Amino acid sequence: MFKFFEPNKIFLITSRAPKYVLILFIIILSIGLTEALILSPEDYKQSHSVRIMYVHVPAAWITLGIFSSITFLSIVGYIFKIKNFFLISKSLAPSGFVFSITALVTGSIWGKPTWGTWWAWDARITSMLILVLFYLIYLIVCRIYENDDKAFKISTIVTILGIINIPIIKYSVEWWNTLHQPASVNIFSNSSIHNSMLIPLLIMTAAFALFSALIFLMKYNTELIKIKNKGLDRL
Amino acid sequence: MYGRKVKLRFFFVLLILITLILSIYLILKSLEDNVVYFQSPSEIKVLAEIGKKKIRVGGMVKNNSILIEAKSIKFVITDFKNEINVTYSGAVPNLFTEGKGVVAEGFLKDKNFFLATKILAKHDENYMPPEVKAALEEK
Repeated sequence: MFKFFEPNKIFLITSRAPKYVLILFIIILSIGLTEALILSPEDYKQSHSVRIMYVHVPAAWITLGIFSSITFLSIVGYIFKIKNFFLISKSLAPSGFVFSITALVTGSIWGKPTWGTWWAWDARITSMLILVLFYLIYLIVCRIYENDDKAFKISTIVTILGIINIPIIKYSVEWWNTLHQPASVNIFSNSSIHNSMLIPLLIMTAAFALFSALIFLMKYNTELIKIKNKGLDRL
Repeated sequence: MYGRKVKLRFFFVLLILITLILSIYLILKSLEDNVVYFQSPSEIKVLAEIGKKKIRVGGMVKNNSILIEAKSIKFVITDFKNEINVTYSGAVPNLFTEGKGVVAEGFLKDKNFFLATKILAKHDENYMPPEVKAALEEK
């Protein structure tokens, strides 16, 4: 059933793909940055500080997406005992962690000129900080336990605890009064962001997604090499 | 079909998730007053008593209400139902203007007067270039 996951075949892909993903990432990132930093207009109210948004929002989206994927893979992998899913989750986590911090830091830099404060303990920002902590716990759990089975079990529990936080982050701005503004980009209703700003935002999101894919492939490749070195030809 | 162990693990995860969601929901529900970052003028109006603790009031800066005096700035926060008068001395953020969102941190003197120690501008979710804004206003 899981023949597809045979490390040797996957290894052929993961050892070659990063090169191409890297090239694609650089191309998309340069287009995105040109659009975001030079071609896109300034905002009528925040003027040029709107450009921070082109890093902040994609980073936040990607980090939420990665945590959800990690949780999904961990739970399915735990129920059906698919060890490979653990390796995928483990390799996804570092870039998610980096982007969660990116979102917080860029948000802070944007907050100072816009709100007048670096930090506010409102629901959105606090729940985002909790996500950073969950990523950190997850990464530490993967390191502490030498035994992969044990690490898999405990990290699955960490993701189950952490996933409750994801809808809280998403809807905190609608459920409670927060300093953070509600979402501007909506899939099911009209977005309150002008198209000239939405397009660079989407390009930057694609670039960040490619960056995550790149880091993931490299991490996953390392995991496969570790398995090879143990002399096992399958998981 | 799937083995008994698989089913057991499935229900194990499902039960943990349901239990967690319910408990987090209960905790957040009971802490609602503390989770909100600021209160609206209408919520201030129905307060049972005026505490000595620092609170935050948020809403829109009422049009034509900003009054700049020698040492202080006065304005009115409104949520279009109720209003509260705010006095503040200090620098305001760049985005603080009439008709836009604001959060004031400070102390209530009574239900109509608020002495702010800090002013934060609240940004809304609208992003557009200045030309589009100008075109919208012409309509």
